[in-house]
Amino acid sequence: MPQIRALRRVASLLTTPLAPEDFIRLVNPLASTRQLRGIVTKVTRETADSTTIAFRPGKGWNAHAAGQWARIGVEINGVRQWRSYSLSAAAGHDPAITVTAIGFVSTALARDTKVGDVLFLDTPQGDFVLPVHPRPLLMLTAGSGLTPVMSMIRTLVPRRQDADVVLIHSARSPEEALFHDELLELADQFPGLTVRHWYTRAGGAKAGTDAFNREPRRLNLTDTTDLESMCPDWRDRAAYACGPAEFLDAASELWERDGDDAGHANLTIERFAAVLLPGTGGEGGIVTFEKSDKEVEVDGDVPLLDAGEDCGVVMPSGCRMGICRSCLIPLVAGKVRDLRTGEVHGEEGELIQTCVNAAAGPVHLDI
Amino acid sequence: MPTLVHKSAPSPTPVPSPAGTSATQPGQPTPQNEPGGIRPRKPILAATGAPALRPAAARHLSDEQVAQLGVELDTLRDAIIATRGAKDAAYIRRVIRAQRTLEIAGRATLMLSKKKTALVAGTAMLSVAKILENMEIGHNVLHGQWDWMRDPDIHSTTWEWDFVTPAAAWKHTHNDLHHTWTNVLGKDKDVGYTTLRMAEDQPWKPHNILNPVINAVLAPFFEWGIAIYDLELEAVKDGEKSKADLKRDLKSVGRKVVRQATKDYIATPAAASVFGSGKQALIGTFTANAIRNVWAHSVIFCGHFPDGADVFTEAEIEGETRGDWYIRQMLGSANISGSKTMHLMTGNLSHQIEHHCFPDLPSNRYAEVAVHMRDICDRYGLPYTTGPIHRQVGQAWAKVFRLALPPKKSRTSPTTPESAPTTGRSPLPMVASGL
Repeated sequence: MPQIRALRRVASLLTTPLAPEDFIRLVNPLASTRQLRGIVTKVTRETADSTTIAFRPGKGWNAHAAGQWARIGVEINGVRQWRSYSLSAAAGHDPAITVTAIGFVSTALARDTKVGDVLFLDTPQGDFVLPVHPRPLLMLTAGSGLTPVMSMIRTLVPRRQDADVVLIHSARSPEEALFHDELLELADQFPGLTVRHWYTRAGGAKAGTDAFNREPRRLNLTDTTDLESMCPDWRDRAAYACGPAEFLDAASELWERDGDDAGHANLTIERFAAVLLPGTGGEGGIVTFEKSDKEVEVDGDVPLLDAGEDCGVVMPSGCRMGICRSCLIPLVAGKVRDLRTGEVHGEEGELIQTCVNAAAGPVHLDI
Repeated sequence: MPTLVHKSAPSPTPVPSPAGTSATQPGQPTPQNEPGGIRPRKPILAATGAPALRPAAARHLSDEQVAQLGVELDTLRDAIIATRGAKDAAYIRRVIRAQRTLEIAGRATLMLSKKKTALVAGTAMLSVAKILENMEIGHNVLHGQWDWMRDPDIHSTTWEWDFVTPAAAWKHTHNDLHHTWTNVLGKDKDVGYTTLRMAEDQPWKPHNILNPVINAVLAPFFEWGIAIYDLELEAVKDGEKSKADLKRDLKSVGRKVVRQATKDYIATPAAASVFGSGKQALIGTFTANAIRNVWAHSVIFCGHFPDGADVFTEAEIEGETRGDWYIRQMLGSANISGSKTMHLMTGNLSHQIEHHCFPDLPSNRYAEVAVHMRDICDRYGLPYTTGPIHRQVGQAWAKVFRLALPPKKSRTSPTTPESAPTTGRSPLPMVASGL
């Protein structure tokens, strides 16, 4: 490619202060040196509230591993919004996300996305991935927590003769269960996959023949009874869990307590939201974004990331839950409060995780 | 008077936002309890009261009326912000698309410019592209008018424009200095201050006789004038700007000059020479730059120099409230009337009054703001200066000629509408380079 690079350099002499890509974008919406984009190729309605959006990413995207997530930027009423979504497509395929209409951004994505729309992207990330060596697996999911696991199942089951996967998925009803028919078909076709649907709503449990539970109720993870009934050898399996926070908390506890090796719980979990300490918000203060020349007055429970985005600062961001550290910004002055612990901290030059820290008095950030 | 260099765009009232944040207003005193080392960045406008001397055109207003006017304008601004959305985003993207298409088509046509029609067409397209790029796109993006979209491709912190002066340097002199100190003698420094005399209050010096000649040379080379102005050589001489800062700015402007000149005067003609049109292409790019420069110069001179645009003394901003700040912006600016195309080609600086009151509202909304602004001016008995471009340019040039001559003793009356009352000040620099 050195010829192309040389050609690009020559072309940029003619396009300065813009890049050649800024002109190529007149015909190719994915061309950019600054922002990775993808074009929506297919929109599939999965359930009443969920939509799968497949897209073709531009240059700079890395192929995802099954179970990983990516940050997706979408424009809603003219304003760029970023959220993280698990990729539901099998590894090796064009990426797709499955979005459930909960919250402002996901609702807009799930309802309004059309083929041909441009999405803004960040490369796939995350450690919630299949084990390197094949071994029996147990997937424990609830609601939209199935999304990353679906990518794993689609990747593993059709391709590996030796696959041995049990999926326990909790949903309200068969109509609201993501990938319901596809999962049953896969289980039918491949002996390596066993699917156990658990329905929590009346109607769901009795209507579907595939319901494992006869009584509609929540999956009980406070003891091992439900688990044993669906997957007696659960202790021998590498387990993956994804779903709402309380579901994951219960699963973690269960594995810690009753797992194969209490000291080394054989469970990998993927969370979708930060665990914030309730009532940690303090007095807040005026936040100054130095380079962007913006100032806002913010309450003590608003993450600095949200505060910056709200006044038009292009804030770096990632998981928005204090894990990935993509949102780090140097502190110029002031103190911040960690919304997970309530701790007030802040040394000049300290890198602040803006997604989980709020202002504790006036704060100056170097962005 | 305010003692702090402050932010460009005043963001008046708290903007309601879902996450419980709110933009502060420049009038809001910065908390005094900031920990050491944090410098307040906002000007401290008085919460109530009046400036030591209210400008002549607004002297009939009571403090309460001025406060009420401030509230009305804040409300107007909030209404626009609350309705910013997808339509506005689509507008700026459309303009950017059109501009890039014209730019590439113009340069491509210049490749064949040994044919006279191609030379004319290519130059015309490139001129329009450059004007759009500087005025409706560059100037307004650099004001942060589109920052709310959070698109890093159309953002004041990332944008670089097709103009010799680097965006960063211009943002400082224009957004920070000119927009804050609009038309305040001694504060709002002019690009031509050392060379041009643009207000009665500015003491006459013999070289001012060259006023028209200097301005006539400045017009076609306007971007170079701005680049030199942005170096703030005066401030360096006065010790307000360090030599190190000047060196840094010289380096960055030097790099920009090389890139800009390479594009228009080497790369484009070189590419055209393949088709035997090298010399003509050079003529084309040079002409396009000159046309853009003359146009930008004209529009900018229409902003603050036609009859009816006032200048102010430091006494008139001492104790200025939010309402008085708005009034100064209104009195110090002049609009250009005309068609939609005129507004587009001036980068909506034809709505200079609206722009100066609300520098960071999206430019496509100024026409809508103007309707309310006229109504407010009517109700408060304030002048709203506007006129067709030929008249506004004519008046600005008339001033350039008139002020080339020393003042007649009888003309120093403080009631002259376009001159502010004089105070016993030392000679001070003058008025706006401002777009």
